[in-house]
Amino acid sequence: MECQECNQRPATVHLTQVINGQKTEVHVCEQCAKEKGYMNYGEEAFTLNDLLSGLFNTEGTHPISGQKSQSYSHSQQLKCPTCGLTYKEFARLGKFGCADCYKTFDDKLNPIFRRVHSGNTQHDGKIPHRQGGDLHLKKEAEDLKATLQKLIEQEEFEEAAKVRDKIRSLDSQLHRGEDGE
Amino acid sequence: MSLQQFMNEAISPWMKQDGPDSDIVLSSRIRFARNFSQYPFPIVAGEETLEKVLEVFKNEFKHQSFRDYKDFEIVQMNDLQSIEKRVLVEKHLISPHLADHSKHSAAMVSQNEQVSIMINEEDHIRIQLYFPGFQLDRALEQASQLDDWLEEKIDYAFDEHRGYLTACPTNVGTGMRASVMMHLPALAMTQQINRMTPAINQLGLVVRGIYGEGSEALGNIFQISNQITLGKSEEDIVEDLHSVVKQLIDQERRARQAIMNRSAVQLEDRIFRSYGVLKNSRIIESKEAAKCLSDLRLGIDLGFIDHIPKTILNELMVLTQPGFLQQYAKATLNPDERDIRRASLIRERLHLENKE
Repeated sequence: MECQECNQRPATVHLTQVINGQKTEVHVCEQCAKEKGYMNYGEEAFTLNDLLSGLFNTEGTHPISGQKSQSYSHSQQLKCPTCGLTYKEFARLGKFGCADCYKTFDDKLNPIFRRVHSGNTQHDGKIPHRQGGDLHLKKEAEDLKATLQKLIEQEEFEEAAKVRDKIRSLDSQLHRGEDGE
Repeated sequence: MSLQQFMNEAISPWMKQDGPDSDIVLSSRIRFARNFSQYPFPIVAGEETLEKVLEVFKNEFKHQSFRDYKDFEIVQMNDLQSIEKRVLVEKHLISPHLADHSKHSAAMVSQNEQVSIMINEEDHIRIQLYFPGFQLDRALEQASQLDDWLEEKIDYAFDEHRGYLTACPTNVGTGMRASVMMHLPALAMTQQINRMTPAINQLGLVVRGIYGEGSEALGNIFQISNQITLGKSEEDIVEDLHSVVKQLIDQERRARQAIMNRSAVQLEDRIFRSYGVLKNSRIIESKEAAKCLSDLRLGIDLGFIDHIPKTILNELMVLTQPGFLQQYAKATLNPDERDIRRASLIRERLHLENKE
């Protein structure tokens, strides 16, 4: 098995992390283990960052075939055009460099967020007032659509019709906004 | 108001007010992590960028007032001695991270110290707002309004799907950390807190000991906070935390009652012994001081001791930490000297109160 950090030397250090019941395996060579801080048993305790780095580097070699996965080498080459942070650095630091990193690394983020946030990947909270714009209406429409679905399932068609009308009115407000821009 | 004011008083003015359930809950806090959309986050940002971020606060918000929080003062980390920074950390006005990363980092603090906005911490902005006792809902409401107030002038890094974008993936979404500081001596004495922790963790909440190394709770003070910030609304997170804290309050009261029923004399003995140690010792380590202060606080809550106000205990909890002791002594002290100084300070404070 190849080291998942350098992809050159054989992996001789095998670590297993269990976080929230999710098992993550790390296979690295001794040199990378030291350099990347996997073997920090000295003064410094295993920090949150170390844990996070472990989470980000989950896709190294395929567990069964031992083949280096394509997505791994692809992700290593990702680089944020705005701040210059590479995916490799992101994985090492456990931190984003700027808002655009979220877009650059978007394909890689859902598994990470799922682990860290108990399966959640989508924001369901506050929307900024001034910047939020149509998002408030959009969110309201989405919530109503979910309500509508429930009402239909419960065969409460009278109530459902009212909700449908509300959604229509919100939708037309949203479209008017788009046309105006 | 000046830096001197932050330094002189051990407890912030807001801590002197009594809050709901204050026999068990010391304080409620809401923290929001926010970033400017147009600048890289502090971890990769150049000095020029950090300076620009700081300038916005100096130009737009300094000496402004938001609701009852009047006259925000900006304290720049570069201007502070290390002991001064430590004092601000001990007062929870700034985080250790902010104290360590001094370049162009600052805290904007309201006069009553209830609001503190850290600038160029791990994120550009960390808003924190405290309330005495158990008042999470109020804290959320006001912190959110404060957030809106800043957003009138600042373009936040926000994404429709990911929410507020933060430097660390553990904060993305709401960017909110809600936490409650609790004094749980009876649950600690009866080992119940250890048994409850795994269940609390399963709800996406964390229990931590404070003022202690690792998870050890010095002085039986525990912090309960949310771990998950993505996929749940701020209100839902606070509601979850609220219901767990409510449970803990009930359990703690029940455990206190049970101890009183079974072994009131033993408890009384323990409380008065601790009081004796605090009143008479000449050398006291922080760990013992915290334990005795916890016993004394319990003694006050249970009515064994009625001539000492609890605010003095809050004050002593902060005053007896290394930063404040040294600030008070106006000198750098080694640990042995600190233990002596700590003992004399506690004696002085408790005797002073006896005479009144």
